[in-house]
Amino acid sequence: MSTPTELVDYDEALASYDPAMGLEVHVELNTATKMFCGCPAVFGAAPNTQTCPTCLGLPGSMPAVNARAVESAIRIGLALNCEIAEWCRFARKNYFYPDMPKNFQTSQYDEPIAFDGWTDVEVVTADGTETFRVEIERAHMEEDTGKSLHVGGTTGRIHGADYSLVDYNRAGIPLIEIVTRPIVGAGDKAPAVARAYVAHLRDLIVGLGVSEARMDQGNLRADVNLSLSPAGSGTLGTRTETKNVNSFRSVERAARYEVSRQAAILRAGGSITQETRHWHEDTGVTTSGREKSDAEDYRYFPEPDLVPVAPSREWVEELRATLPEPPRARRSRLQQEWGFSDLEMRDTVGAGALGLVEETVACGASPQSARKWWLSELARRANETGTDLAALPIGPVDVARIQALVDEGKINDKLARQVFDGVLAGEGTPDEVVASRGLAVVSDDGALGEAVDRAIEANPDVAAKIRDGKVAAAGALIGAVMKEMRGQADAGRVRELIVERLS
Amino acid sequence: MPDISREQVRHLADLARIELDDAELDHLAPQLSVILESVASISEVATDDVPPTSHPLPVTNVFREDVVRPSLTPEQALSGAPAVEEQRFAVPRILGDEQ
Repeated sequence: MSTPTELVDYDEALASYDPAMGLEVHVELNTATKMFCGCPAVFGAAPNTQTCPTCLGLPGSMPAVNARAVESAIRIGLALNCEIAEWCRFARKNYFYPDMPKNFQTSQYDEPIAFDGWTDVEVVTADGTETFRVEIERAHMEEDTGKSLHVGGTTGRIHGADYSLVDYNRAGIPLIEIVTRPIVGAGDKAPAVARAYVAHLRDLIVGLGVSEARMDQGNLRADVNLSLSPAGSGTLGTRTETKNVNSFRSVERAARYEVSRQAAILRAGGSITQETRHWHEDTGVTTSGREKSDAEDYRYFPEPDLVPVAPSREWVEELRATLPEPPRARRSRLQQEWGFSDLEMRDTVGAGALGLVEETVACGASPQSARKWWLSELARRANETGTDLAALPIGPVDVARIQALVDEGKINDKLARQVFDGVLAGEGTPDEVVASRGLAVVSDDGALGEAVDRAIEANPDVAAKIRDGKVAAAGALIGAVMKEMRGQADAGRVRELIVERLS
Repeated sequence: MPDISREQVRHLADLARIELDDAELDHLAPQLSVILESVASISEVATDDVPPTSHPLPVTNVFREDVVRPSLTPEQALSGAPAVEEQRFAVPRILGDEQ
């Protein structure tokens, strides 16, 4: 649509309409191999180096189900309090699009491996932390599609007709699609609930160890279904499905945008088209995709090349015993272990930094220092670049190492910020950045002593006060030395040298 | 079993990305009806006590260990492609119809 879209102010829209949301989240599993063949499932390999007759859909090839993918699917289902099917099948979802060389996607249709679950999501609002129960309709197994690169006249790269270049490395990587029941009754908090749910799901998936769950790398992808109905009517309106939502923040923004857009159409007496919409990260808007196909257009039928999956109850119980502690229990345990105040904990969870802080602490940093770096320095940078903390090109190991360098007196907080700059700019590990940028604090007595002598000479009044026993006055001299050393002096050592000389 | 209409064939052709002209639609609709009728005769013998079957063998849980096996080389993978560019399959673009 090229015409500018009318929007209604968000709060105004919520005064007249109730939003209902449904979230579909695709989780790419971290198995070694694909869902139905032994090709590696590694991210970032050269194009078409991870394919075989099965994932290319060549005649005569036969699929074979990855046991670990089924195990991961069951564990995800259990973590979401789902029932696990005693017997279920794969189905062919037929469609003709070059991202799937078989001309169908092997998925599950009316027999998902997991169904009827729920999960409690904590949403941080102005009124404090509220818990919303999100009901899970199903979690089913399927395979990812290939990656298309669209080129042609419009990009100016090639003369003539538009065409696409397809890499099938991703085709066949195991996916779990998790579908919620309609989330109703969240009112103006609906977009925040959507964001909190996806963030919560990520924590849960990471806790299970079944996926890297990086939204920026597409391991975790959210589709946001949203509809509006007249306030208090209790009905469900026509929904749109917004795709390509690739950060927690965008989940919330996309939902807010759709509320404002749909409200404008409804208020003007129009009706909502049931369609797929695309989210544009840069402009913060959704645009019309295609009209949504009816399920019958996919001509689903049971996959004849695969036998049913019938997990024994013993296996399910064995897998249940491997589940990590539930997120809420984990949060209260961590809060106790770390000695965080309620406010500190709320901010940490709200920033999506719980797992990052935990990992940083596991790498040896103190909880407070881990929280400080992730929630101040790094949160600010993530905000500036419009990404999530987890997507920053710096990890818990680096943060813990930078804090260790501070603790060892090799750098101070001010220099630490420059180390963050370097690591984020891809200059290497913290130690490499310290070395290449020459950031180490000077604690060598020779150089420091000279600077201290000069500071005493330049500030005779201050020096006299310290000689008279007013050690507190040393701050002025320390400041002078730090200035001369451009912040790279070990302040503690400077103080000792000053006191030594003037007592 | 009702006849397959021309419109249904047209819709199927759209889904299958096949272009059919009016003459072809007229030709194919009755043929598909005949095929459907033949298949439908199965339902005459399949009574309520016969469960639908998707696989002839009564087996479940045939799994493969999650162990990497060698893939094709990109040259092998692309050898059947009508057009190749940047080690990728070059295909006609279908606008606005992404899954």
